[in-house]
Amino acid sequence: MELILIFFSAAIVNNFVLAYFLGICPFIGVSGKITSAFSMGMATTFVMTITAIVTWLIYHLLLVPFQLEFLQYVSFILVIASLVQFVEMFVKKVSQPLYRALGIFLPLITTNCAILGLALFMVLKDYSFIQGVVYGVGAGAGFTLAITVMAGIREELDLADVPKPFKGVPITLIVAGLLALAFMGFSGLISI
Amino acid sequence: MKKQLTLSKEYLKGLWDQNPVFKQALGLCPVLAVTVSAINGIAMALATTFVLTSASLIISSIRKLIPTQVRIAAYILIIATFVTIVDLVMKAQFPELSKALGPYIPLIVVNCLILGRQEAFSSKNTVGRSLLDSLGMGTGFLIALFVLGGLREIFGTGTLLGIQVMPDFYEPWLVMILPAGAFLTLGLLFGAANSYLQKKEQDEKNYLIEKYLKAKKEADEMGGQAKWN
Repeated sequence: MELILIFFSAAIVNNFVLAYFLGICPFIGVSGKITSAFSMGMATTFVMTITAIVTWLIYHLLLVPFQLEFLQYVSFILVIASLVQFVEMFVKKVSQPLYRALGIFLPLITTNCAILGLALFMVLKDYSFIQGVVYGVGAGAGFTLAITVMAGIREELDLADVPKPFKGVPITLIVAGLLALAFMGFSGLISI
Repeated sequence: MKKQLTLSKEYLKGLWDQNPVFKQALGLCPVLAVTVSAINGIAMALATTFVLTSASLIISSIRKLIPTQVRIAAYILIIATFVTIVDLVMKAQFPELSKALGPYIPLIVVNCLILGRQEAFSSKNTVGRSLLDSLGMGTGFLIALFVLGGLREIFGTGTLLGIQVMPDFYEPWLVMILPAGAFLTLGLLFGAANSYLQKKEQDEKNYLIEKYLKAKKEADEMGGQAKWN
């Protein structure tokens, strides 16, 4: 039960994009088409889950026993960067169709602050291993949800008559603001 | 070869012409997340500027030693080191601010503004120029964060830097200090900046067209006279 709560809390109530502002760059940049947004979301979820596993292990089995917690930022970012590289190579070798679907998005993920944010929040909230993994999957699902919904709205926006100075980034931000308002309706649903 | 800017321009370009937030839309995550109040915005911008400047200093001085293939990893390591320093200092000296900014201080590591400047500027320019460039970008970032944080604080709580500025009967707009307010305010500011720029561009275009027409008219007259003679 607690795990289900963690999942929905990360995915909907405390949505990474709309409540914590993590992963805004791909959110603004990539979310132009539903299909590519969904692929990006899936790739991010994938990396997030693996990141949650690996960073949890590194933090609790390596940094804490040797009292090296102050190295966490340096080690987390290195792990994430090499992880993304490794995942890219692995996917390329194992599944060509998957590689073609995710390929171009994978390198972009390293600079997605949602990934490092996930690792930091996980340490901050002092989750156990299973909780951490569920948190990672939930955060990824929330990211996918937000970016896909946004892409759907932006496809419609292309046809709308937006005032010229507001075309592009400004209107996207305003739409994101309205989405954040809508997602606030979920707050209070779960308190964790 | 691009023309070298004068040293003062190198600094000033970050303030507006290439403002990291309004012109390049870089590093938006902290911009949106911490600007609940002006003081948070200032603290965040100062922390970012420190990391940006120190990283630029190091990277521009060893730019010829870093192999191209591993440069991104090297940059990230240098940046992460300075972020750790900032985080520890803030925890020790300003525990309140450090708590308010929370995980967004460590997230400076992945701020695309910092990595972007290293890749685009510090890796190709001398130490002095990189220093000016990063200080300028930092100041531009500070301006953006202060404006956004100040507006949200004024409308959201009726104060600026903790001092009451709105009259007593003013009912604070709660939405401004919620996440939604961040998106809406930045969107409107962005729109305003764009509309100002487009107007300026249009004015410049009109001016050029006018100048061209005038010149053409004069030329025609001259030509006409030449024919007449």
